[in-house]
Amino acid sequence: MTDDTLLEVRNLTLDIPTGAGTLHAVRGIDFELRRGETLSIVGESGSGKSLTSLAVMGLLGKGIRRDADVMRFEDTDLLTASRRRMRALRGDRIAMIFQEPMTSLNPAYTIGDQLIETLKLHRRVSTSAARARAVELLEKVGITAAASRLGQYPHQLSGGLRQRVMIALALMCEPDLLIADEPTTALDVTIQAQILRLLVDLTREMDMAMILITHDLGVVARVADKVAVMYAGELVETGPAAAVFERPSHPYTRGLLRCIPQPGKTDRGSQLGTIPGIVPSLVGEVTGCAFRTRCPHAVPECRAAIPVRGDAAHDFRCVHADGAISAEKETA
Amino acid sequence: MLPFILKRLGLALLVAFTVSFISFLLLFLSGDPAAALAGETASGEDIEAIRRVYGFDRPMLVQYGEWLVSALQGDFGESYYFKLPVAGLIAERLQVTMILGVCGISFALLTAVPLGVAAAIRPNSIVDRVALFMSVAGQAMPSFWFGLILIVVFAIQLGMLPPSGAETWRHFILPTVVLGYYAMPAIMRLTRAGMLDTLNSDYIRTARAKGAGEGRVLFKHALRNAIIPVVSLAAVQMGFMLGGSIVVESVFALHGAGYLAWESIARNDLPTVQALILVFSMFYIVFTFLADVLNAWLDPRMRSA
Ligand SMILES: Nc1ncnc2c1ncn2[C@@H]1O[C@H](COP(=O)(O)OP(=O)(O)O)[C@@H](O)[C@H]1O
Ligand SMILES: [Mg+2]
Repeated sequence: MTDDTLLEVRNLTLDIPTGAGTLHAVRGIDFELRRGETLSIVGESGSGKSLTSLAVMGLLGKGIRRDADVMRFEDTDLLTASRRRMRALRGDRIAMIFQEPMTSLNPAYTIGDQLIETLKLHRRVSTSAARARAVELLEKVGITAAASRLGQYPHQLSGGLRQRVMIALALMCEPDLLIADEPTTALDVTIQAQILRLLVDLTREMDMAMILITHDLGVVARVADKVAVMYAGELVETGPAAAVFERPSHPYTRGLLRCIPQPGKTDRGSQLGTIPGIVPSLVGEVTGCAFRTRCPHAVPECRAAIPVRGDAAHDFRCVHADGAISAEKETA
Repeated sequence: MLPFILKRLGLALLVAFTVSFISFLLLFLSGDPAAALAGETASGEDIEAIRRVYGFDRPMLVQYGEWLVSALQGDFGESYYFKLPVAGLIAERLQVTMILGVCGISFALLTAVPLGVAAAIRPNSIVDRVALFMSVAGQAMPSFWFGLILIVVFAIQLGMLPPSGAETWRHFILPTVVLGYYAMPAIMRLTRAGMLDTLNSDYIRTARAKGAGEGRVLFKHALRNAIIPVVSLAAVQMGFMLGGSIVVESVFALHGAGYLAWESIARNDLPTVQALILVFSMFYIVFTFLADVLNAWLDPRMRSA
C-alpha cells in the first residue's frame, strides 16, 4: 500500500445470525482505494455490496458481526475507532448516498434544514454561512432556484430532484470518500444518466474518491478506475477497469458482461444474456467457489479452497488457471 | 399552514353545528318532553299546560333556533330535577372533571411515551418486557378494581392519601393514576410501534450517515415522525376523559360531569343530559381540531389535506 491510500480493507467478513444458522453474507473481501480514485463494485443483488459499504460507514444493523484483518480510513483504524470518532468521520470525511431517494430524506424537515444540519454537525459555522453553502451545493448539483428550494419539503420534489438533494447533502462537508450505493436504480432511465454524469463530474472536480455500486456495467466501463466483482459475498475478480473489461477472467464476470448488449457485437433482436441458476444459500458453512452451481466450467475441485490467480493488480479466484477462457473459446 | 387551519376550523364548526342539532333533537326523540316534565301522575291538561309554558307546541326549527341562541349565550335552560340553571350546574361539576382529565392524560402521556420510546430502542429487552407487562395489566384490569386496590393500599393501609372527595390536590392523585393508567397501554404501544417503524426507515439511516448522534437521531429525526398517530389517539382519549369517567368518579366519589350525566340520565333530566352531550361533543371537536393542527405542524405532508 502507498501513502495516498485512503481506504484499505483486508479480509472483511460479515456474519448475520438468523433463526436457521449464521448467514455468511460477506466472506473475506479485500480492496483498497486511493485518493480521487473511483472503485466500482458490481454484482447481482444480494451479493453483499450494500453490507460492505455499510460496514465501512460503521452503520451495520444490530446483530451483524464484522470482522477484518485491516479496515483503515486514512489514519483511522475503523475496527477500533470509538463511536465518537466514527460519528466525526461520517458525513464529514466519508459520505454516503442510497438507493431510495424517495424515502432517504426526513419528511418532517425542509431541504434547507437537512442540508444545514449536516454542515453544523461537523463545522462551527453561522446559520447564514451554512445556508449560503447549502444554496451553493444545490446549484452545483444542478437544481434551479436553489435558494427557494431550501424552504421546500421532500414530498414536494420528484425522485430525481431528491437524489440531487441527497448528493448535495453528502457533499456539504467536501468528503474525501463518497459511497454511492446504486444511486440511480430507483430513478427513471432518462434521469439515471444525468445523475451518474453529475456524480462523476463532481468527484473529479472535488478530487473525491468514490465507491460506486451499480448494475450498469456500461457506466462502470466509462467511469471506474477499478472494478470489484462480487458474487454471493465474495470478491471473485478485482482489477483496473480497463483490464477487467478487456480480459474478464472469472466465468461470472464474463457472464455479467454478456448480460449487457453491445452495439455492433450483439445481434439485433437476440436475447439478453442471462446467467441461469440460483445463488446458493449462505447459511451455515460455505466452502469452495460459490459460483460453481451456475458455472458452465464447474469441476469437482470447485468444492475445495479456491486459489487466487493473476497478479497483484488484477486477480480472480478460480480453480482454472485461466478462468476457463480457453475452454469457453473451444465451445464457442 | 394557515389555509389548512382555516379549512379545519370551518369543518369543525360545521360538525359542531350538526352535533348541536342532534343534541337538540334528543329532547324529542326520547319521548314527549312535556309528559316527562309533568311526571307520571299528571293529567292530560297539566301536560298541555306545561307544553305551552315551555313552548313545546311551536315549530321545531323555531325552538331549535331559540335554543341555539340561548346555548351560545351560555343558557341551557333549567334542570328538571335541581330546578337550577343547567349551565351553572355543569360548570361546577366540569371543574373536577377537567382537573382529573388534564391530570389523567398528562400522567398517561408522561409515562407511556418515554416507556414506548425506551421499549422501541431495545426491543425484547427488560425495559420492553416491563412495558409490555404494564400495558397488558393495564388493559386487563378494570378501572373500578384498580381504583379499589389503590384505595385499600394507599388510603387505608398506608394512610398516605385520602380515599375519596375532591377537596385538595392530594385527592386527585389516586384518580389520576387510575384514569391515566387506563389510557396508557394504547399510547405506549402506538409509540413503540411508531418508533420501531421509524427507526428502520431510510431517513434515519441518512441521519446516522450524516454523523448525527444517537440522541439527535432518536428525538429530532425519529420521534417527531413516530408521534403523529399518538397525537390523534391522545386527542380522542382526552375528549373521552373530559367527558368524565363515570367509573373513576364514582369509585373516588368525585362528583364531576361524568357522574352528573349518569345521575341525570337516571332522573330523566333531559335539559341537563342535552347540555352535557353538547359540551362533551364540543370537547371532542376541539381536541380533534387541535390534534389535526399539531399533526400538520409535525408532518408537512398533512398540510395540503
Ligand atoms: N439486516 C439483515 N438481516 C439479515 N440478512 C441481511 C441483512 N442485511 C442484508 N442481509 C442479507 O445479506 C445479503 C447481502 O445483502 P446486501 O448487502 O444488501 O446485497 P446487495 O447490496 O449486493 O444487493 C443478502 O442475502 C441479504 O438478504
Ligand atoms: Mg444493495
